[in-house]
Amino acid sequence: MEINELLQIANEDKILNDKGTAHMTINLNKVVSKNLVPGLHIDTEEMEDGVKAKIVVDEGVVIEKQVHLCFGVTHEQAVQRILMDIDIKKGASISVLSHCVFPRAVHVKHIMDAKIRIGEGAAYTYEEKHIHSEHGGIEVYPKAVVDLDRGARFKTTFELVRGRVGLLDIDYDITGYDESVMEMMSKVSGREDDLIKIREAGSLVGEKARGVLTSRVAVRGNAKAEVYNVLKATAPYARGHVDCKEIIQDNGTATAIPIVEVSNPKAHVTHEAAIGSVDTKQLETLMSRGLDEEEAVELIINGLLS
Amino acid sequence: MAMLELKSINLNLGGKPILSNVNIDFWEGHVHAVVGPNGAGKSTLANVIMGLEGYRKVEGDIIFNGTSIKDMGIAERAKLGITLGWQEPARYEGLTVGKFIMASAKDKSVDTAKDVLEMVGLNPEDYLQRAVDKTLSGGERKKVELASILAMRPRLVLLDEPDSGIDVSSLEKIFDGIKLLRSFGSTVILITHSIAVMKQAEHAFLFCGGKLVTKGSADKIEGFFEGECLPCEHKNAPDEGDIYGN
Ligand SMILES: Nc1ncnc2c1ncn2[C@@H]1O[C@H](COP(=O)(O)OP(=O)(O)OP(=O)(O)O)[C@@H](O)[C@H]1O
Ligand SMILES: [Mg+2]
Repeated sequence: MEINELLQIANEDKILNDKGTAHMTINLNKVVSKNLVPGLHIDTEEMEDGVKAKIVVDEGVVIEKQVHLCFGVTHEQAVQRILMDIDIKKGASISVLSHCVFPRAVHVKHIMDAKIRIGEGAAYTYEEKHIHSEHGGIEVYPKAVVDLDRGARFKTTFELVRGRVGLLDIDYDITGYDESVMEMMSKVSGREDDLIKIREAGSLVGEKARGVLTSRVAVRGNAKAEVYNVLKATAPYARGHVDCKEIIQDNGTATAIPIVEVSNPKAHVTHEAAIGSVDTKQLETLMSRGLDEEEAVELIINGLLS
Repeated sequence: MAMLELKSINLNLGGKPILSNVNIDFWEGHVHAVVGPNGAGKSTLANVIMGLEGYRKVEGDIIFNGTSIKDMGIAERAKLGITLGWQEPARYEGLTVGKFIMASAKDKSVDTAKDVLEMVGLNPEDYLQRAVDKTLSGGERKKVELASILAMRPRLVLLDEPDSGIDVSSLEKIFDGIKLLRSFGSTVILITHSIAVMKQAEHAFLFCGGKLVTKGSADKIEGFFEGECLPCEHKNAPDEGDIYGN
């Protein structure tokens, strides 16, 4: 399979011809293409089983167009390790759309290990979309440690709703200093014997730091999901919310463990978790419009994960 | 001709009778109102006709176009052209108004979705991409519900309190929607305790305590409702605020 096909699958083939759009494409351990814009630096080092990338956005630089990253594995069997070191300097701003595409994977292990620093008043939006094969033999380990300086903003969305999950083990740790904002959202749909583990931990250590951890998970067949959200607030006026919704069908099982910990009387953290089948009224409404039960469930779940 | 016949319907819920010996014929192509005070059993009757979960264990029979639908599920009844607009419509995270309407529609095109939104007074540009979630106001959600029903072109439609949460200026849009349904040939059953909504109907059925008390032309029942029902001390008679507070 050619890398071009991979880009087509991700609907990324056209955008990469635009010289004004920064991008980088990696196939297994090779940097296949790269385009930079002023103020954005990406240094890469190819390893035996992956790529090391250092990404820097210079102070005060606002990158207007969304940056496109593609991490692909066109092989059936492989291990891909991506080590990222991301530094968004003071007052800079960048938005990244990242595709992880494993269309033929039978036994593929993808490890993403990121260290992210977002400087004072800087903003980083990171959207990661996975496209997997229909084999269940994929293992994905996204791991990130993120530090948000005063007034920094970090918004991340992780989406795995196309193809089989296989094994997913997310581990995010974010620390927010004064007036910073963290928003983490994961949307995952599991089937057959997929196993989904999501661990998102936020520490609101600065005054007026804010954080929202959101998870939306659907498990069907014999799939299992464990969502472990931890949100701690230790500074005055820190505000946080954990919101986990899991829909189970067939023999799916789901666990939600929200931990909220507050050690400052002026801080405030809330949580909500809901696990269950599809809501009866939602289902009955769609059925009363002529949809079969399966069609109605599909529409409701697709909405939740959209 | 009677399109829907309710024959000796009895329903007990939580150990008490909620509907008692209800016999009604609803006429094809006509607009009917089922009226009565809070707790009279109006929504229950609608849920029984739609076949909702928890409202299926009824005695008696429900005949639609000559065939019993009593043992049919919701989807089966809907495929015959029966639908229900909820008193409190469901909300869906992430599902857009456009997709919701198109899922209901007979003709599943964006143009249909646009048309029906306009019919209920919602600008398609503003609403097609909105989610049918808690960010819609109660009134907007009711209008989207009616729009989806208009798109479905049902043969029989039950509208439970179509005016609840609707402001005075939008009320005419809802009434226009009811007229449109009628012009499509739909048989309409309005569930209400509002005189203004009752006036949209030709026939009315007055319920109290789970029983059909009286029936007749909407004009006649309106007089009875105001004259006999409102002053009544019966425990599920509402105070006046409930009736005129729309
Ligand atoms: N599942 C149930 N279990 C027990 N009682 C029920 C159930 N559903 C409805 N009821 C009762 O049946 C009665 C009729 O309820 P229903 O909702 O049909 O009234 P309504 O006429 O629609 O009133 P409103 O005008 O307030 O909407 C009420 O006393 C209600 O509490
Ligand atoms: Mg009611």
